[in-house]
Amino acid sequence: MTLDYAGATTKYEPTLGLEVHVELNTKSKMFCGCATEFGAEPNSQTCPVCLGLPGALPVVNAKAIESSILIGLALNCSIAPYSRFARKNYFYPDMPKNFQTSQFDEPICVNGYLDVEIQTDEGQKVFRVEIERVHMEEDTGKSLHVGGATGRIHGAEYSLLDYNRAGIPLVEIVTRIVPGTGKYAPQVARAYVTELRDILRSLGVSDVKMEQGSLRCDANVSLAPIGSGKLGTRSETKNVNSLRSVERAVSGEIERQANRLEAGERIIQETRHFLEESGQTRPGRSKEQAEDYRYFPEPDLVPVTPDAKWIEELRTRIPEKPSVRRKRLQTQWNCPDKEMESLVNAELLGVVEETIKLGAEPTRARTWWLGEISRLANEKEVAPTSLITSKDVAEIIALIVGGDLTDKLARQVVEGVISGEGSASSVIEKRGLKVVSDDSALMTAIEAAIAAQPDTAERIRGGNIPAAGALIGAVMKATGGAADAAKVRELLLKHLGQG
Amino acid sequence: MTTIYSSATEMAQALSKKDISSVELTKLHLDRIEAVDGKVHAFLHVDSQGAIAQATAVDAKRAAGEKLSPLAGVPLALKDILAQKGVPTTAGSKILQGWRPPYDSTVVAKLKAAGVVILGKTNMDEFAMGSSTENSAYGTTQNPWDLTRTPGGSSGGSAAAVAAFQAPLAIGTDTGGSIRQPAALTGIVGVKPTYGGVSRYGVVAYSSSLDQVGPFARTVLDTALLHEAIAGHDERDSTSINAPVPQVVAAAKKLDVKGMKIGVIKELGGTGFQAGVSQRFNEALELLVAGGAQIVEVSCPNFEYALAAYYLIAPSEASSNLARFDSMRYGLRVGDDGSKGAEEVMSITREAGFGKEVKRRIILGTYALSSGYYDAYYGSAQKVRTLVKQDFEKAFAQVDVLVSPVTPTTAFKIGEKSNDPVAMYLSDIATIPVNMAGIGGMSLPVGLAPEDGLPVGMQIMAPVMQDDRFYRVGGALEAALLSKWGKPLLSNIPELGGM
Repeated sequence: MTLDYAGATTKYEPTLGLEVHVELNTKSKMFCGCATEFGAEPNSQTCPVCLGLPGALPVVNAKAIESSILIGLALNCSIAPYSRFARKNYFYPDMPKNFQTSQFDEPICVNGYLDVEIQTDEGQKVFRVEIERVHMEEDTGKSLHVGGATGRIHGAEYSLLDYNRAGIPLVEIVTRIVPGTGKYAPQVARAYVTELRDILRSLGVSDVKMEQGSLRCDANVSLAPIGSGKLGTRSETKNVNSLRSVERAVSGEIERQANRLEAGERIIQETRHFLEESGQTRPGRSKEQAEDYRYFPEPDLVPVTPDAKWIEELRTRIPEKPSVRRKRLQTQWNCPDKEMESLVNAELLGVVEETIKLGAEPTRARTWWLGEISRLANEKEVAPTSLITSKDVAEIIALIVGGDLTDKLARQVVEGVISGEGSASSVIEKRGLKVVSDDSALMTAIEAAIAAQPDTAERIRGGNIPAAGALIGAVMKATGGAADAAKVRELLLKHLGQG
Repeated sequence: MTTIYSSATEMAQALSKKDISSVELTKLHLDRIEAVDGKVHAFLHVDSQGAIAQATAVDAKRAAGEKLSPLAGVPLALKDILAQKGVPTTAGSKILQGWRPPYDSTVVAKLKAAGVVILGKTNMDEFAMGSSTENSAYGTTQNPWDLTRTPGGSSGGSAAAVAAFQAPLAIGTDTGGSIRQPAALTGIVGVKPTYGGVSRYGVVAYSSSLDQVGPFARTVLDTALLHEAIAGHDERDSTSINAPVPQVVAAAKKLDVKGMKIGVIKELGGTGFQAGVSQRFNEALELLVAGGAQIVEVSCPNFEYALAAYYLIAPSEASSNLARFDSMRYGLRVGDDGSKGAEEVMSITREAGFGKEVKRRIILGTYALSSGYYDAYYGSAQKVRTLVKQDFEKAFAQVDVLVSPVTPTTAFKIGEKSNDPVAMYLSDIATIPVNMAGIGGMSLPVGLAPEDGLPVGMQIMAPVMQDDRFYRVGGALEAALLSKWGKPLLSNIPELGGM
């Protein structure tokens, strides 16, 4: 009999541990001046240092240290007054020096935490995830295995190496074990990575794009019988490329381990790969014989000793925690949960806040960004914020509120701005999109509509008010939508003795 | 008249007076190399074309009245461990066969900027591991004093080239004595500057925390001029010291030791030192006393552990530094017949490309860094290093400079120690503590041992960044010795024929 997830978590207590690798968005690499742009021609962003040529020496990127300290401060860590790089020695073709320069036992930030909130059966609950360390390291190059069936090294005819990524600054954020999550382990894992991603984004230190690998998560999971007070053997799941996958990988691993334990098998300490399609994991390299990396302090670098004053300066630059900000904005805007979630997921919180700051009414600002603008952005497969500025949107909303634009006209203005016709005001002017509010012009159109549909006019005179819709529609059509429908209605009914 | 037997200072003066052109001077040396290097084998690669081109450029600048550096137009021999753009650089190893660096090391860039003419690359023990050049993959260099003997090492090619008048100046590197020991065994001046005094950027690394580039010449003043040309802070070497270069040229010209306190290290002399070595060393001390210096005996009790600690630290760093030689990006590749994976090709290449001593040290270092052994070996060695440093600090609290013989014996026979690594290692017993402490030291020829007629060197050591002190003592002692002998020591060297 196999255990499902509910069965597994009724019997076993999961313990989580999360390692997140973040590619910093510094302009240059960790130890040399090479550019870090994503997707450049292979091996075009390399030099003697990141290619590990004989004689080349590393120099630490000061910006990377600054970013690492900012991350540590945002995660409530202590910043080490003295930290060092070490060499992690192992052979691999995509690692130019055959050692990775990485912080080891002397990391730059230690002992922090991050509180994450999730929905439980008993309502919202906060879990504290303790951060053991935040350390700096360099990324490796990339291998491309050609000729095999799966793109894996086994069965490949040959391999291509791209060292553009070699030496990109990475920060690794390692949690302590997170006990006591029970069946909520997957949600806690997801909430943690989400919150971490939002913090990193708010700090501006990384692109945090999981699909491009600028944020990568390894999830450690172990199980022990509930109440045993023990820790089980853990597996480490890699290749988790989205927030949803974090949650699926953890729950999948809990289920897999529970069923092994049920069958009387033991859990092997190993690295596993998450399979996006099935939500399952498959075994990778076994860690039974722990690799000996022969760490020792990197003799080519001097210790990192940030000035205490500088750290305090950086502390003043830590922005409001994203979750706190979300709550504050939600209250201010009186925004429903669902809509707030949509704004966050669409990464529109910032631009909506700006639009509102420019005077736009909150509900309209949200509706425009989530609705029409997002729709157009989806069509073009670009970010909504790349189409139009908050200033234009605020201006359009102001005109709608002031009665100068109808929603229909406003959509035309938005479309004009997006197709590059200029700012909102210049589109309005060029296209002549102002609402027709001149009563005499409207009356001409109304009279024409009455003349065209005398029967309908007669019914309205006789008290059939709903029939007015047909005439209003005709007037709107005649004015190309440039009329205010409410105004047309008012004038029409008055003219037919129903005002 | 300027000849190959002139000092670099004399050559520079003749060049500036236009008594001789740099092209003529360069050709004289290329002819000398052609005539005698078949016997000496100091060079691995003679860059005649490049040298003539450099000389031509300097002559043109001089003709145009441009202001030139003191050594502009003077030829130099470069140890094959420094990267020189486009010129073969092997570090004495088969594994780098055919590699032409795409960049200049900082020292080479400085030499080029100073107009120094680089004649070619000199022989050395493979990756600077050795004390005789017998570990070179390209044959042994012969000592011009006695072709059946080694010139010492690892910078034996550079030292032999200067002693054999193939170049008035040479560059070496010194990790445990690799400049000072060959200087002593060939009767020339060699200096290991303070660690961090000269950039290591572009120097194929053996042991990063100990390696240092330094000058060879036939006089103290020539050595100082070359020292000044290559020294100074380099932002591409994190371990380079950001401070003004010690005034070594001025110190070399002072010719006065009156009132200086000179410490003789008790532990570096007596038993185990060849009688003629001790005799010439003591006679030199008498000359210093006659010059007004005060001699004090000091004790450095921890030096006896320095050699053992060195053979843990240097191999440990080497095992990691040499990991990059894996055939993936440059140098030798063996066994790549299309049937083998990358890891196998790496392994076959390293087996074929590294010599016996290099493999010995890689294995030693790998072992010393292994988990479970790290503390006992690498950790203890670092503690010894601290103790050696403290011994020096205490000694320098009493005296201005410290002195000792450079080596226990004069030049040994080729083959004499090549099968006994420990006997070979012992030839660096007096020089290793200087590298361990990161201070600087000079090897100055002080006579020929009566029993074998071979050169004896005195080591003069000074605190960190006080390199000017040993130039002062060295310059004064050199002058006293010259007036005692009536002619330079090197005038006793056997004629090699050819000129």
